[in-house]
Amino acid sequence: MHTILKLISYLGLLLTVVPSVLVFLGKIELDFHKNLMLAGMIMWFLSAPFWLNTQNEQEAES
Amino acid sequence: MKKTLATQLDAINEYEREPIPKSKLKGMKSFVGMYAGEHIAGTEFVIGPLFVVHGVSAIDLVTGLLIGNLLAVLSWAFLCAPIAVRVRLTLYYQLEKICGKYLVSGYNIVNALMFCFLAGSMIAVSATAVGIPFNIAMPGLDDLYPSSIGWVVTVLAVGSVITAVAILGYEQISKFANVCAPWMILIFVAAAFAVMPQLGITSLSSFWEVAQTRIWTGVPVEGYTKFTFWHVMFFAWFANMAMHIGMGDLSILRYAKKWYHGFASSTGMFIGHLMAWMSSGILCAAAGGEVPPGPIAYASAGIAGAACVLIAGWTTANPTIYRAGLAIQSIMPRVKRWKVTMIVGLVTTIAAFFPALVMQLLGFVALYGLVLMPMGAIIFIDFWVIPRLGMRSNYASVTNTHFNIAAAVTWVGTLAICLSLNFFQNVDIFFLGLPGWFIAATLYVVLSKLYQKKASLQPEPSISAKSIV
Repeated sequence: MHTILKLISYLGLLLTVVPSVLVFLGKIELDFHKNLMLAGMIMWFLSAPFWLNTQNEQEAES
Repeated sequence: MKKTLATQLDAINEYEREPIPKSKLKGMKSFVGMYAGEHIAGTEFVIGPLFVVHGVSAIDLVTGLLIGNLLAVLSWAFLCAPIAVRVRLTLYYQLEKICGKYLVSGYNIVNALMFCFLAGSMIAVSATAVGIPFNIAMPGLDDLYPSSIGWVVTVLAVGSVITAVAILGYEQISKFANVCAPWMILIFVAAAFAVMPQLGITSLSSFWEVAQTRIWTGVPVEGYTKFTFWHVMFFAWFANMAMHIGMGDLSILRYAKKWYHGFASSTGMFIGHLMAWMSSGILCAAAGGEVPPGPIAYASAGIAGAACVLIAGWTTANPTIYRAGLAIQSIMPRVKRWKVTMIVGLVTTIAAFFPALVMQLLGFVALYGLVLMPMGAIIFIDFWVIPRLGMRSNYASVTNTHFNIAAAVTWVGTLAICLSLNFFQNVDIFFLGLPGWFIAATLYVVLSKLYQKKASLQPEPSISAKSIV
């Protein structure tokens, strides 16, 4: 389950940053990039809280 | 709810008046993450644009930020961390041992006020994002007072929510901040990348030319002073002066296994400050020189950008209000913490009504560091120099006094000299921190020499440089 959640989170981060590079390269429009960033944000916040803090707590305890 | 609150307060009180035990020490990784997260704050969205407004040139900005942030990291690593890992006490307890209870109370009041204003600027930053869907008129660069009823209502709403969370859910918001940090860093980078074509940057090779001619042009907005390399370098170095030279992070780095964990601050300085300030400067230029962070982030990254501004302000305002509450509560231990936090939140929210706090943020941040810096110099000198001169470290604790006059005169005297230089000689506030530190150090040595002669000393096992080296 954690692996799937992590995968969704990383995809969310990719959707946050990659579209801006595509705008920079002239491949997509700014408005489309904003929508992709929104999708990335939703993916990140729906998945990261379920594994990121758990991982931090485990690291702090070890 | 009651149980949760009591548990979290107990956790925060852990080791307040005793050294951290070995079993609780943390490795480098904990500090790397903490510093990276803490220095991506809502205020970063304002600092970058203000450099643009003050007409910093591109070369001055890049070199100033590189050197200034490097000096900040070195200050954490060589000034703050070595003492932190030797004494392993909070800033407040270490200060109490040197200065006495009453003087520390004075310090706590000043500290809490500074925290209130800092948190106020963060609330105002968040409000610029919340106001977007309601078409609230944003304050302009020259606005000092509340610009509209809509602005006041938005700030009041944001301030109330943040204060309520500070009272009820500190632990949850701290966990939420951890989750937000990696995403926020990428939003800064992505937003800047996305607006580069609007500025005429179509390849990496054209970046520098456009940076010089359209972003950091070297020409200030009319009515604003011109910033040079020195302004940028000293600002970058002293933006967190209260934390490194001022020793505020003794409370954090006392958990470090080794002194060199102080170098972990480089993530905050280089990924956080350097990258975030440059990115927000680019966003400002792309928005035609606009400064309010909500609209400029929305223009470049849409809803995600506005959300980033809101979250960056919120997640940093929250612990700041909480810390201010703790500082006040240490003076009035009988008053319930939630009541103190509520009052602090109210003061903070009222401060946030005034856009001057955001628009004059660079000056305020410099003043904040300057006011708390002399106490850091006192701790440094008390630990490393005082024992070598045949005097006693932790003087208040040794003599059981509640008010160390030498420390008090050093603090007030240093500030009086520095502020006089600012008012009467027009020395910019950014340049006062460095001479101020040497003034404080010299004053404390001379005054301690005079003051310590008078008091009878009782032997006390104290941790100082002499007892370790």
